[in-house]
Amino acid sequence: MDEILEILEKDGRASVEDIAKMTRKKPDEIKKAIKQYEKEGAILKYKAVINRDLIKDSESEVRALIEVNIVPQKDLGFDKIAERIYSFPEVSSCYLISGTYDLLVVVEGKNLHTVSNFVAEKLSCLENVRGTATHFLLKKYKEDGVILKHKSENKRIAISY
Amino acid sequence: MQLSKVVEKMQPSGIRAFFDLVLGMKEVISLGVGEPDFVTPWQVREAGIYSLEQGFTSYTSNKGLYKLRLGIHRYLKDKYGLEYCPEEETLITVGVSEGLDLVLRAIINPKDKILIPVPSYVSYGPVTELAGGIPVYIDTSKDGFKITPKLLEKHIDKKTKAIILNYPTNPTGVSYRRKELEQINKVLLKYKILCICDEVYGDLTYDFAHVAFPTLAGAKKNTLYLNGFSKSYAMTGWRVGFACGPKEIIAAMTKIHQYTIMCVSITSQMAAAEALVSARKSVEQMKREYDRRREFMVVELNTLGLSCSRPQGAFYLFPSIKSSGLSSMDFSRSLLEEEKVAVVPGTAFGACGEGYIRISYASSLDNLKEALARIKRFLGKRK
Repeated sequence: MDEILEILEKDGRASVEDIAKMTRKKPDEIKKAIKQYEKEGAILKYKAVINRDLIKDSESEVRALIEVNIVPQKDLGFDKIAERIYSFPEVSSCYLISGTYDLLVVVEGKNLHTVSNFVAEKLSCLENVRGTATHFLLKKYKEDGVILKHKSENKRIAISY
Repeated sequence: MQLSKVVEKMQPSGIRAFFDLVLGMKEVISLGVGEPDFVTPWQVREAGIYSLEQGFTSYTSNKGLYKLRLGIHRYLKDKYGLEYCPEEETLITVGVSEGLDLVLRAIINPKDKILIPVPSYVSYGPVTELAGGIPVYIDTSKDGFKITPKLLEKHIDKKTKAIILNYPTNPTGVSYRRKELEQINKVLLKYKILCICDEVYGDLTYDFAHVAFPTLAGAKKNTLYLNGFSKSYAMTGWRVGFACGPKEIIAAMTKIHQYTIMCVSITSQMAAAEALVSARKSVEQMKREYDRRREFMVVELNTLGLSCSRPQGAFYLFPSIKSSGLSSMDFSRSLLEEEKVAVVPGTAFGACGEGYIRISYASSLDNLKEALARIKRFLGKRK
């Protein structure tokens, strides 16, 4: 992967100037490359990774991982039915999976009730959906490579040879 | 009581007091650390924990776990095409520090001279003296902090026994290309001077492939190769290093090692063996991260007027602070007191480090940026 992408994937706020210094390139080159990546859709968006456990006033949110079994459609395979599912705003991620079920759908809602309603009223009654199994998420330890815990303090001594 | 005269003479005057000052201060941003800011890769730590769970709590053979020596054999062969016999030509040591101590004690007879290009890592001189040798310091500050064949030849006489060659170099980050090393090697072979190469930063070489000294033509028989896990695998606290070289030197070193140390901690050896198997990728990732910080810092320091050449390895920069008009010690002390940024005065690494400071970029980019802002403010006040 291009070094620019590698840097941005770790820190979406890295400035063009800093990236230029780190890669020994000209700021204009970096700007152009990033523009191109954005245009191609290689860079889709920039967002913060938030640890909701630490936000006291945030509305509590429930997340569920739902295994979905599907009858594939002729010519279209899984894609068409996947599209019908991932287009719901409640769905935050949707993956086609190998193994005992077909789609892994991640759903977010205000509470247990909203999520179960979504499964009962929207998801399971879709034509081609043969069955679902819903797993509610209890605790997040690590997400997208980030460990969701207070940064542990530096254990190095302050000066050494 | 009359203490050993060699030891009494040894205390490096001002530096200790400066270090105590840093350690006593809170909320310091430290660019003075000689170790990685990463923790040891998890799979390596896990291997250490697992070995304890399995009950591996005994001594190992004096030479070290065979599994680890074999791992080192494979690593050197893969990386440099270098072959050392794991039975007779390899010894596991407590970091490179012990390896260095052992080899000096193994080869030095009273008054033998050991060449040490300076600025250098702090232990080379004292350890030479403890072994009964005479350190001969070679000032490299006028040659871009590199030892040259000419400089080398000028310092050789009949009592010269060995040279301690460390590259990439702590504290300057300087390293050598194959051509330069070949010229040095020629001189060493001509005068039959042993090369003790400390290549602990070898895996952290950025602009070209690191050249292991024993891979040079005719050098292997004349070289004692030292390396360790501390810097590249972020394993400083585990204390594991290794020495490879001609079997008679390794045998002599093993003799001393068996009476003084017996063996390296088995937990650390188990973890190190795992590092060679599964952490090569982590080393590459850490190296890429250091490389970016290096490029960033070189630009920034030069912008601040602290002229700094682009080092090729390790995680150190050695910028000149002469434009400030302060001595290394005054600069470091004032920077610490006024802005709470810790750096190491260049003089810690030899008198010829005067006019320089060592900055370690083994620190997060955010930390580096904050430190730079403070240094800028510090310099601004002096204009």
